[in-house]
Amino acid sequence: MTTTWTSGTARAVETGRFWDSVRYWLGNWKLTTGLALVLSLILFSAIGSFFVDFEKTKVGWGDFSKPPSAEYPLGTDNVGRDILALMVYGIPPSLEIGLIAGGLGTIVGTILGLTAGYSGGRTDTVIRTIADIMLTIPALMILVVLASYLRTTTIEMTAVIVALFAWAGPTRSIRAQTLSLRERAFVPLAKLSGLGDFEIILKQILPNLLPYIMAGFVGSVSGGILVSVGIQLLGLGPLFTPNLGMILQYAFDGAALFRGMWWWWGPPTITLIVLFIGLFLISVALDEFANPRLRERVA
Amino acid sequence: MTIQYVLRRIGIFLLVVWTTATINFVTPRLAPGDPIQAMLGVMQEQGATVEDSAVLIEGFRRRFGLDQPIFIQYLKYLWAMAHFDLGYSLAHFPATVTEIIGTAMPYTIGLLSVTTLLTFSIGILAGALLVWRGTARAARVLISLFMVLAPIPYYLLAMVLIFLLSFSLHIFPHSGVTSVGRVATGGFDLEYILDLIYHSTLPALSIIIAGIGGWALGMRGMMVTVLGEDYLTLAEAKGLKERRIFLRYAVRNAMLPQFTGLAISLGFIVSGATIVELIFTYPGMGYQLYQSIVNSDYPVIQGITFFLVLSVATAILIIDLIYPKLDPRITYTRR
Repeated sequence: MTTTWTSGTARAVETGRFWDSVRYWLGNWKLTTGLALVLSLILFSAIGSFFVDFEKTKVGWGDFSKPPSAEYPLGTDNVGRDILALMVYGIPPSLEIGLIAGGLGTIVGTILGLTAGYSGGRTDTVIRTIADIMLTIPALMILVVLASYLRTTTIEMTAVIVALFAWAGPTRSIRAQTLSLRERAFVPLAKLSGLGDFEIILKQILPNLLPYIMAGFVGSVSGGILVSVGIQLLGLGPLFTPNLGMILQYAFDGAALFRGMWWWWGPPTITLIVLFIGLFLISVALDEFANPRLRERVA
Repeated sequence: MTIQYVLRRIGIFLLVVWTTATINFVTPRLAPGDPIQAMLGVMQEQGATVEDSAVLIEGFRRRFGLDQPIFIQYLKYLWAMAHFDLGYSLAHFPATVTEIIGTAMPYTIGLLSVTTLLTFSIGILAGALLVWRGTARAARVLISLFMVLAPIPYYLLAMVLIFLLSFSLHIFPHSGVTSVGRVATGGFDLEYILDLIYHSTLPALSIIIAGIGGWALGMRGMMVTVLGEDYLTLAEAKGLKERRIFLRYAVRNAMLPQFTGLAISLGFIVSGATIVELIFTYPGMGYQLYQSIVNSDYPVIQGITFFLVLSVATAILIIDLIYPKLDPRITYTRR
C-alpha cells in the first residue's frame, strides 16, 4: 500500500496542520463566541439542575403570576409554575429536538447526497428531484398537518416529524460538493489503485466533506429548533416535558406580553435568541473553514 | 432558456402540488380513530342521545363517500383539489374553506409582498454598501448590527417589538388590523387605509428587521467576488462615476444570485409570517390557521396549508422562469 511509506512525512505535516488549525480556531471570534453562548446555556441547565427542584415545574407549585422575588427568582406563571425551574429543565429538551432532527437530517442528507453525486445518472435525477420538491414545500405547513392529526405529545416524536423535512437541504449541498470532488484527480487515481466505489466514497470523498457536513449539521440543529418552536406556538407541540417552545406558548396563550409579565415571556425569548445567534456564529465559522473564499477580507 | 429547463421547473411545481395534496389525503387516514365515531362521541359528551347510531354512521359514510374503495376516494379528492373544492369548515359550518381563505388571503398577500420587497431591496443594498469602499463608518456599524439580528426568528423579534413599541411606549397597536369598530366603506377611504398601514407596521417591522441581515450576508459574499473582477478595474480606469460603478457594475452583477436565494427562502418567509400574524392577531392565513387548529377544524387546516404551499410553489416557479432572462450568463444545459 502506498500509505505505509508516506505515513511518516504525512504525520509531520498533520501535526503542523493540527496546531495551525488550533490557532486558526482560537483566533476565530465567531467560533469562540458562538461556542461560549451555546455552552453557557448548557452550563446554566446543568448547574441549575443541582439547585432547582423539578417539582417546581409542575402546575400549582407556587403562587400564581408572581413577579421575581427571593422566593421565586424568575417569578411564576399564571398556574404557579416556577419560571427558573422551567428554564433549567426546559433548555435540554429543546436542544434535544434540534440535535435529533438535525442529526437525522444530516445523516440521511449525507448518505443521499453522496449517492446522488457519486453515482450520477438516473439515481441522481431521482434523488435530486425529490430533494427539490421537499425544498419547495414550506416544511412548517406539512408539519402542521401531520402534527394536528397525530397530536405530537413527546419530544422525540416532534423531533422525528421535524426531521422529515431536514434532509433535503443537506442532500443538495453534499451532492454538489461530491460532484466537484468526483472530478478531482485523486478519485480516478484511487479507482486505478483498485479501491471499490464504496471505499472511495468512505475514505476519499467523505473526509473532504466533513467541514461541510459539520456546518450543515449546526445549521440543521438551529433550523430544527426554529421549526419546532413555531409548531408549538401554533399549539401543536409536546405539552408534558418542559421546553422553551412550551414556555413561550403558555406565555403567549396567557397574554403575558399584554399583562406586563416580562419575567414569563422574557427568559425563553432571550434564551432562544442567544441560542440562535450562538448556533449561527458556529455554523458561519465552520462554513468559512470549509469554504475559504467566504473568509472576511474587508472589515 | 432551454425547453428542458422550463419543463423540469413546471414538472417540479406539479409534483409539489401533488405531493402536498397526497399528504393531506393520507394523513387523516393514518391517524387513529374514525372521524364519524369521533363526531358522535363529541355529540354524546355534550349530552345528545344518538339513537340508531349504526344507521347514522352508515348514512354519513355514504354521504362522505367513505364506503368507496380508497383508490376512488383518492381520485375524487384530487379532482376536488384541482377545482379548489376544499369542502366545508367544521367550526363555521355553512362557510366553505375557500370562503375562509378568500377573506384571509388579501391580508397575508399584502403583508408579505410589501415586507419581502422591502427586506430584499434594503438587505441587498446594505450588503453591497458593507464592502464598498465609499461607505461611511457609521453606516457599516448599523448594517453589521442588522447582521447580528439575522438568525433571530421573526416571532421572537415580534414579541420584543410588541414589548418595546406597543406595551412600553404605546407607539403602535399590538393587535388587529384596524381600530375596533372601523369597517371598510365600499369606496376609497383614506382613513381606513391609513389605519390599516398603522396596524400593519409592527408585524411588517418584525419581518423586515429580522430579514435584512440574511440578504446583506449573502450579498456581501457576492460583492467581494464581483469587486475582484477585471471589468471593475476597467470601469475605474475609464473614469466612470463612483455611483455608476457601484450600481451598474457591482450591484447589478452581484445581486443576480440573490434571486435564486429568494426562491429558496420563500418558504421560510411564508412560514415565519404565519406565526407573526398569529402573534399580532393579524387576520391573515396564519391567524386563521391557528384558529382552525384551536377548533380542530381539519378541513380549514388542510385548506390553508395546501393554499400556502401552492402560493409558494407558484412564486418560486415564476422566479425560476424569469431568472434566466435577468442573468444572460446562465445557460441551462443539462448538468
